[in-house]
Amino acid sequence: MGCVESMNYEILMRDASFKECRDYIKQHFKEFIDVQPGFKIFDVYLIGVPPIAIGLDADFIVFPYTKPCHGTFLLRVEDTAEAARLRTQKK
Amino acid sequence: MSGEPTTPLGTALLVLGCPQVPVQTSIALYLINRLKKSGVVPVVAGNKSANTLLVIADPDRHYLGEVMDLDRAVALISEKKRDFDRCFVFIHNDAGISYAATMGAISKAKIFILIYGEHYDDLVKQVDFPCTIIAAKAVHNPMPLKKAIDEVKPWAA
Repeated sequence: MGCVESMNYEILMRDASFKECRDYIKQHFKEFIDVQPGFKIFDVYLIGVPPIAIGLDADFIVFPYTKPCHGTFLLRVEDTAEAARLRTQKK
Repeated sequence: MSGEPTTPLGTALLVLGCPQVPVQTSIALYLINRLKKSGVVPVVAGNKSANTLLVIADPDRHYLGEVMDLDRAVALISEKKRDFDRCFVFIHNDAGISYAATMGAISKAKIFILIYGEHYDDLVKQVDFPCTIIAAKAVHNPMPLKKAIDEVKPWAA
């Protein structure tokens, strides 16, 4: 995954389904954006069934990260610049 | 490998899943063989374990051609630097569905999904994007999935 694996991230869910991650973000975050698979966040191209929800909470970003053997992790990462960039994606 | 057409008739990406279900490696080699005999150039994309299982099984590369890391394949296609005519996604868990939906969204390839494993029927119900589904209850014995593939003949599609 490159830089995300070296980040100071918190795992909110592990071995989850894509639907569980989407539902969690929409239930727990007032602010979120829907993106398409292949959307780049940090250095990761998001994997998932569209639409993929990304949660925003101040400078924290919550997004799904999928690996073939481990299912989907829901990660929470603090990054002021990336959070600001994502907010510009909101329609 | 002999008997292959000299002029390529397209390209195919095989997106491998977690190799914990034994039929994946066998079916991947079988599909690569059929694609090559039909003149289609296959490229494999998987994680390190899935790729290594294939590379070790075919040391002289009679079947395998290009093999690449799955994350790299997703990046190249997302950045429009590369694409394929067909894409075969191997699925036996929720992550496989996610990868298949992703390929359907980022690639212009015709998508075929190969669903297998103990709970293959539950996974089939989760598919709500355009693709050709090839599914069978196959865990250790690849024959049910091979038969399902032979019925569809995706190398001729």
